[in-house]
Order: sequence, then structure tokens, then C-alpha cells
Amino acid sequence: MTNWLIYRTFWELTVSGIVLGLIYSLVALGYTMVYGVLRLINFAHSEIFMVGTFGALITVSQVLGVPQFIGGEYPHKSGLALVGTLVMTLVGAVIVSGTGAVVLERTAYRPLRGAGDRFGAVALAFVTGIVVSLLFESNIVVDLVIAAVFAAPLSVLYLRLFRRGRQAPRLAFLISAIGASTAIAEAVAVWGPDERRVYNIPRVLEKRVLFEFLGADIRIDYVIVAAGALLMMTSLLLFVNKTRLGRGIRAVAQDVETSRILGVNVDVVILVTFLLGGAMAGGAAMMFTLVYDQSRFNIGFLLGVKSFTAAVLGGIGNIRGALLGGVVLGLAENYGSAVFGGEWKDVIAFAVLLAVLMFRPTGILGEALGKARV
Amino acid sequence: MSITGTFRARTSAVTSLPGRFAAMPRYARLSAGALLVIAFYLTPFWPDVPVLGWIVDTPGTKFESVLTDQIMVFTLVALGLNVVVGLAGLLDLGYVGFYAVGAYVTAILTSEHGNLPWLLCLPIAVVVSMLAGVILGTPTLRLRGDYLAIVTLGFGEIIRITANNSEWLGGPRGINNIGTPPDIHIPVLDWSLTFNVLDAKPYWYLGFTIILLVIFMLRRLEASRVGRAWTAVREDEDAAELMGVDTFRFKLWAFAIGAAIGGIAGVMYAGKVQFINPDNFQLQLSILFIAAIVLGGTGNMYGAIVGAVVVAWLPERFRGFSSRRYFVFGVVLILMMVFRPQGIIPRRGAATGIPGKKEEATA
Repeated sequence: MTNWLIYRTFWELTVSGIVLGLIYSLVALGYTMVYGVLRLINFAHSEIFMVGTFGALITVSQVLGVPQFIGGEYPHKSGLALVGTLVMTLVGAVIVSGTGAVVLERTAYRPLRGAGDRFGAVALAFVTGIVVSLLFESNIVVDLVIAAVFAAPLSVLYLRLFRRGRQAPRLAFLISAIGASTAIAEAVAVWGPDERRVYNIPRVLEKRVLFEFLGADIRIDYVIVAAGALLMMTSLLLFVNKTRLGRGIRAVAQDVETSRILGVNVDVVILVTFLLGGAMAGGAAMMFTLVYDQSRFNIGFLLGVKSFTAAVLGGIGNIRGALLGGVVLGLAENYGSAVFGGEWKDVIAFAVLLAVLMFRPTGILGEALGKARV
Repeated sequence: MSITGTFRARTSAVTSLPGRFAAMPRYARLSAGALLVIAFYLTPFWPDVPVLGWIVDTPGTKFESVLTDQIMVFTLVALGLNVVVGLAGLLDLGYVGFYAVGAYVTAILTSEHGNLPWLLCLPIAVVVSMLAGVILGTPTLRLRGDYLAIVTLGFGEIIRITANNSEWLGGPRGINNIGTPPDIHIPVLDWSLTFNVLDAKPYWYLGFTIILLVIFMLRRLEASRVGRAWTAVREDEDAAELMGVDTFRFKLWAFAIGAAIGGIAGVMYAGKVQFINPDNFQLQLSILFIAAIVLGGTGNMYGAIVGAVVVAWLPERFRGFSSRRYFVFGVVLILMMVFRPQGIIPRRGAATGIPGKKEEATA
């Protein structure tokens, strides 16, 4: 409550707020790009982030075999081995999240756009098989086998039943997203080795303080997060603005029908958008695990809500807006919890959003994935 | 195509029921309606009916408490949310906030800071929830579509966190000993209804009566000028504005009426379980509410009720799945939206879904 406290820790709050904000920003990019092209709040994006943290966990502990950190010596103190481990973890998280996002799009959204294909039919038939076999048998391995057997004939039926060429109402997409979100999170909670408990992720990095900035400790993981996030965002901006596929994304964001007429393969563009969003979420997931060292089946939910708030704050559909919104939100949360107490953190986030939307109803930078301003 | 055709033909036997019902002569409709109402009043006894009992059975939990704590509350909430989302087309992701306001008003006035009777709390809670709706709506209803969604979502969270953080509202430990509805005793018939934790049936009789009243009120509203204004706003807000509909005022009305019904649901819930804490009002619940009405059919009151019943009852029916039942629920939601996006009982005639200038009709 007292002012001197804020003064003393102001720069510390700023630094950790920016780091948290950059993670929000990376996740927000997935929301904002999908919203830009599909006008869909991709509720399951938070779970894409969540599976990314598990991708990082699996890469670190299973693929690279780093043991749990219990104090003492770090496995990689420095040098090339450390860089290699970090890069491998990033790649692992990005692959898992990217794949997750693509599977999600083709299974839960594409059939609703009236463009359901064989992949979606098979995937849906497979999960239906799991659900039905769960009725009779609780051993997941047996369930998977039963599901695989039934997937083939069922997918033929599903393919016939897909509503071709007919777009489902917007709310249906939202509910499908909510369903996918629940299913993914619960699948991890039910079949993960530690079920609903917290997973500790082996530490690979000694969190040394590199230097002091106005009394705030700048830790090495903060620097990695900041550099990594900015690098990923710059590459994304370059991709969207300079490449052919990026032009496709901007075209679809402006007008789906017109771009289809002009020869843009809309389904491919949407898939690429999901892939990019998933990759950004994977990057965010890796950085999150680097800073916080843990994950859980429901870790995505609140972070997802905050990230979406960040996207709206900056102006949804606007890539630079996601960056700005994330950082503003991270800072506001940190300063706010110093003034009002940590338990009000989430209230502050939404209060800031409300205040901004009062004066700028389309976010700080406005909506603009398709506009020249991106 | 033929498989699809047969599938449609099969389901149309069910989906055309409301139409065929309307085509029946008046006396038949009235007696069928009366029978239906009686059957629903007797819902607590359904588990004792041979085949029906096996269908509705909820292993591990008493059916009558599922009926009152889950199905009754979800039905009321779905009716209210349907006004906001289904009729006026405003995506509200924080509806649990109004439900919480209703429950907390009851809890504070009957237990924590007062000793008012439950019956008096009902109108107070309705007014307070309505006010909450107006307070939230006035600044935010100028926002459109998804901006509104995220702001309402924030509102729901703010309510919960405030309850969690303020000692005056019981903090994280919640409030207990909440007052119950007054006992009814008719000496002439020697018949009485006692509201206590032992027997959930009286709550269902009361709750179902309230549900019927709400349905009646909403039917009148839907058929009125207000209902037509909501439809106009939902279908095309700009066009409605140009045609002289005071869109802001009618959106605010939708918000207030929806909030009031959510408040009633909260009052009923608090009076039934007699103990609430902030964990009863998680954000996920709002999302479940939305899932209920979309699953049932947005914009159709009866669809919304069916959706609410399914969402509230299905996870309890399949307790056998134990911890896996929410996974199943998620998959069912996806499958449902892929194969029947308009919901179980779609709104009659019109195009599906929320505002849809560019959307196709999926009749």
C-alpha cells in the first residue's frame, strides 16, 4: 500500500512484467491471427500452449535425459551444450504445439466450415471410437486398439455426413473450440503419468543474474525470453508482410470470398495461420517452462484468457497490437498487484481492458491484420 | 448423399415435434401440455419408473439432488442466457457473474449480515442482479461481438475474485447456513412441504413452478415489441438502428432481463445447498452455460432447456466414466457442432446463429 514500496521495487516489477507480457504476446499472436482470418475466438489455443509445455517437458526429460534439478550442480553449466539443449527444447515445444494446432484446425474447425476432409473424418471417428470403447473398457491401450479398428468404417460414414459447402453459425465454432479445449486438457489430466498434479520440469539453466538495471536484477532467463520472443515476432511479421503465403493470410483476413475468387487457396492459408499460431504458442510454452519450471493440465486456461485479453487490448487481428497488448497487460498486472495486493491481479487485468475499450473500442492499435498498416 | 438423407429424415421425426404439436386441436394441446407439466412435476420419482429409471439414473449421486442442484439451476440459467445470446445475439461469457450475484445476495441477507427470510431475498436479489446487468451493460453494450464477449468474461471473473478477496463476502471459505424457502403447510389437506437438506423434492416443486413462470413471461416477451426488437438487433444491428429500433435500449433490456433470471437461479441454488463459496462460480461454468444453450439450439427456449438438461445431467449419468467424463463431454461437443451445429432443437425458420449478415441459412 505504501508508496516507498512501489518505488523500491518499481524496476523489478517492470522487468518481470515485461517478461510475463512477452509470453502473453506470443500466445496472443495465435489468437489474433486466427481471429483475423476466421473471426473465431480459438478457445482451444490455450491448450495448444499447454501441450507445448509438455512438449518441452518431454524433450528435456525423455529425449535429452536431463534429470530433475534438486540443487547442486547444473547438468549444463554453459557453452554449446546449453545452447543446444535450449534450442532442442524450443524445437520440441514448437513441433508439439504446431502439430496440435494443425490437427485441431482440421478436426474441430474445418468440418464446420463445410470443407471437412478425410483427415478430419478419421480423427473424429478415432476420438468417437475412444469415447465409445471407454464405456466398456477402461484400459487406454485396449481402447486405442478398439478405436483404431472402428475408425475406418466410421470415418467413411462421417465423411458422408459432413455438411459440405455450408458454413456453420459462428457460435458453433466457439462451442467446438470449447469442446476441443476441454477434451485436450482432460486427456492430459486423465492419461498423463501424473494426472492432475503439477509436473516439475527439469531445470537446464542456472538462473544467474547477468547485470543490474536501476536496481532490478536482470536474470539470464529473462534475457533469453525477451530475445527469443522478439525474434519470433519479428520473423512472424516478416513472414506475413513479405512472403507469398503471408500475402495470402492478409488477403483472407480482408475478404475470404474475394481472395478465394482471386485464386487464394483459403484452406491452406487457414492451416498455415493455425500452424504459425501454434508455433508461437510453442515458443511461449518453452519460455514459460524456462522461467517457471512447471506445467499442469489446466495451466493454459487462465494464461489463455489473459492472452486473449492482451490481443483485444492491442487490437484484435493486429500483430503489433498483440505485442503491445501483452506487454501493457503484463506491466499493468505487476504494478497493480504491487499497489492493491497480488490477489487482485486478475481484476486489474480486466479493469485495464475495460478502461481501454471505453476510449478505444477496437483496442489500442485497432483491428488490422488485413490492412496495409500491419 | 443418401445416408445423409436418411439421417435427416430420421431426426426430422423428432425435430418436427413442436410443429406437429402446434397443429393439434386446442383441447388436445391443452391436455397434452397439462400431462407434460404433471409428468415434469413428478420428475423426482422418475428413477422408480422401470425403463425411464434406467435412463435417468445417476450412479453415485441421488437423482433428486442432481435434479435440483444441477438440472434446475442450469435450466433457469439457460432460459436467462438464451435471452441475451439467443434472442438479442449478445455473446455473454460472464453470465456466471449474475448467478453469483443472486446467490451472494441471498447468502448475505439470510446468513452473513442479516436475517431476512429467503422469500424476501428473491425479489431483492432479482433487482440487484438486474442492476448488475445494467451497470455492466451501460458502458459495454456499445462494444460489438467479440469485444463484448471478453469484457463480460472479465466481469464474471471480477465478481468471483471480489467475493474471494473480501472478508465481508465470506472470502474463500464462503458463507454457510443460508436461509431456505419457507415451509408450506395446508392444514385442511394435512399436506406440507418442508425445505431442508434431507429432501430435495420440495425444491424441485418450487423450482419447476418458477421455471414455468419464467417460460410464460419469456414467451410473452418474445411475442411482444421487445422480442421483435431483439430479433432485429440479432439479425442485423445496423439495419435495426436504421429502421428506428433503439438498439442500445433493447440490448440493455436483454442484459437486465437475462441477469434477473440468472439471479433467480442463484437464489434457488443458494437456498438449496445452503452453502456457497467462490469456487461455485468459476469461469468454466459460464462456458458450460454457453455450451448448454448452443447445444440445445440458440434462440429457441425449449432447445436451451434441453441443452441445459443434457449438460447438467449427462456428466452425472456417466459417473461410471468417473474422471474421464469431461473428456467425453468435450468430444461430444465437437461431434455435435460438426454434425448438427444448429443445436438439438433449432430455432424455427430463421437462419442459424448469431448475427449473420454473411451467413447462410442452414434450414
